[in-house]
Amino acid sequence: MEQTKKIREGNIRIVSRLIRNLEDSEPEARTAIKNIFPYTGKAHIIGITGSAGAGKSTLVDGLISAFRKKNKTVGVLAIDPTSPFSGGALLGDRIRMQKHTEDPGVFVRSLATRGAMGGLSKAVGDAIHVLDAMGKDIILVETVGTGQQEVDIIYNSHTVIVVLVPGMGDEIQAIKAGIMEIADIFVVNKADHPGASQLLMELKNMINMAQIPEDGWPLPVMTVESAFEPIKFGEKIDSLAQNILKHYEYLVHSDQLKSRLHRKTMVEIKDALRTCILDQILSDLEANGELDRLAYKLISKESDPYTLAEEISSRYLKKRPGKPYQKKG
Amino acid sequence: MTERKIRIMVAKPGLDGHDRGARVLARCFRDAGFEVIYTGCHQTPEQIAVSAIQEDVDLVGLSCLSGAHRYLFPRVVELLKEKEAEDICVIGGGIIPEQDFEMLYHSGIKAIFTPGAHLDDIVDWVRQNVEPK
Ligand SMILES: Nc1nc2c(ncn2[C@@H]2O[C@H](COP(=O)(O)OP(=O)(O)OP(=O)(O)O)[C@@H](O)[C@H]2O)c(=O)[nH]1
Ligand SMILES: [Mg+2]
Repeated sequence: MEQTKKIREGNIRIVSRLIRNLEDSEPEARTAIKNIFPYTGKAHIIGITGSAGAGKSTLVDGLISAFRKKNKTVGVLAIDPTSPFSGGALLGDRIRMQKHTEDPGVFVRSLATRGAMGGLSKAVGDAIHVLDAMGKDIILVETVGTGQQEVDIIYNSHTVIVVLVPGMGDEIQAIKAGIMEIADIFVVNKADHPGASQLLMELKNMINMAQIPEDGWPLPVMTVESAFEPIKFGEKIDSLAQNILKHYEYLVHSDQLKSRLHRKTMVEIKDALRTCILDQILSDLEANGELDRLAYKLISKESDPYTLAEEISSRYLKKRPGKPYQKKG
Repeated sequence: MTERKIRIMVAKPGLDGHDRGARVLARCFRDAGFEVIYTGCHQTPEQIAVSAIQEDVDLVGLSCLSGAHRYLFPRVVELLKEKEAEDICVIGGGIIPEQDFEMLYHSGIKAIFTPGAHLDDIVDWVRQNVEPK
């Protein structure tokens, strides 16, 4: 396959067009993923998440430098939100990464969420496959600025970095669930701001209480500051990169890599089924106007949503006629 | 298949650091439903061309207030051509004297908008002239 070959050789035009076709759900993009899939699974995928303006892009920029020093090639997928009103998006993460633009070992692509809720974009999983097949050693995925619930990054990465900034104080107690649970490494960023030492202490307390088993991963908490003093910043980021690589080693040597891969592929196959079955049926129903008619049946109380859905499902899924949903014993 | 989105990069080549106009334009493109990559100030033509290709944009909007547009704008077009990306359309804006228009159009710049231009007119121009690839 000509296209697969070009992707594996790192042809930028082919790669970036493919990512766009994936975002737009072009049918030929799906074929491309089928073809490159055997060549994926080599990259170390690192997620960077945290609230808006926490300094994620600045960290990504630093990490690119740190990994390039170790002669690793780097791909970046940076996600910013789509406006719910216009459907447009202003993608600004790239501003912080300009100094790597001309390095052929670095590829940066901005993605808009296009309505996805988990802090990522629907195309991100496939875009990771593309950068992986392209031969990038390290893939950095920057989420949108997150609250507590946008945790989809765990299904897409090996190592998750949660970036926190001072000024949250006691809030840590309140947000222990969700985003706080997904970290493999915590970064207290902008540690030059007041409140950093308190945040650090609270985090450490939280981790101590969690009682990590002896052979477990000892959840590092790192402070990063002085993003504007290249030497100091560089040193901090180098040790962050070191911890990231250590985490990957830990995953490899424990069984965690396998179980994370399993977790990821379960989500992936479910998504693919949804795309191939549900989306198909929905667009059918929409195109022939049936969806509209179903909606009217609800408004007029002629039927209810579940009866209608069961009818549709028995029509489409012939082998398993529309039995009411039953919980397995 | 979802609808094809127009992708645009807004960039500021050259040394002047006043990017208010560029930011306003970027936001206006977003509100028109386009996906806009904003890359900030002090971009070299080389950086602009590489970023445009990595982002697979349909259009690059250059803004320049420093007077160096006579060199910078054509250079971006030239670099895109060198990288076999001449299908990416380039337009320019900023403080550009009328006597430079012909030279810029000749070099491959597809449209020029000076400070008086209405934002809606720029959006209309994009809708009429840029076909998402
Ligand atoms: N004081 C201080 N400011 C920083 C530091 N790191 C980043 N910043 C500033 O914080 C602001 C936001 O940085 P970004 O890297 O764009 O943050 P982000 O998390 O990527 O932002 P979004 O992608 O918009 O959510 C910028 O103005 C940075 O210059 C730091 O270590 N100290
Ligand atoms: Mg960012």
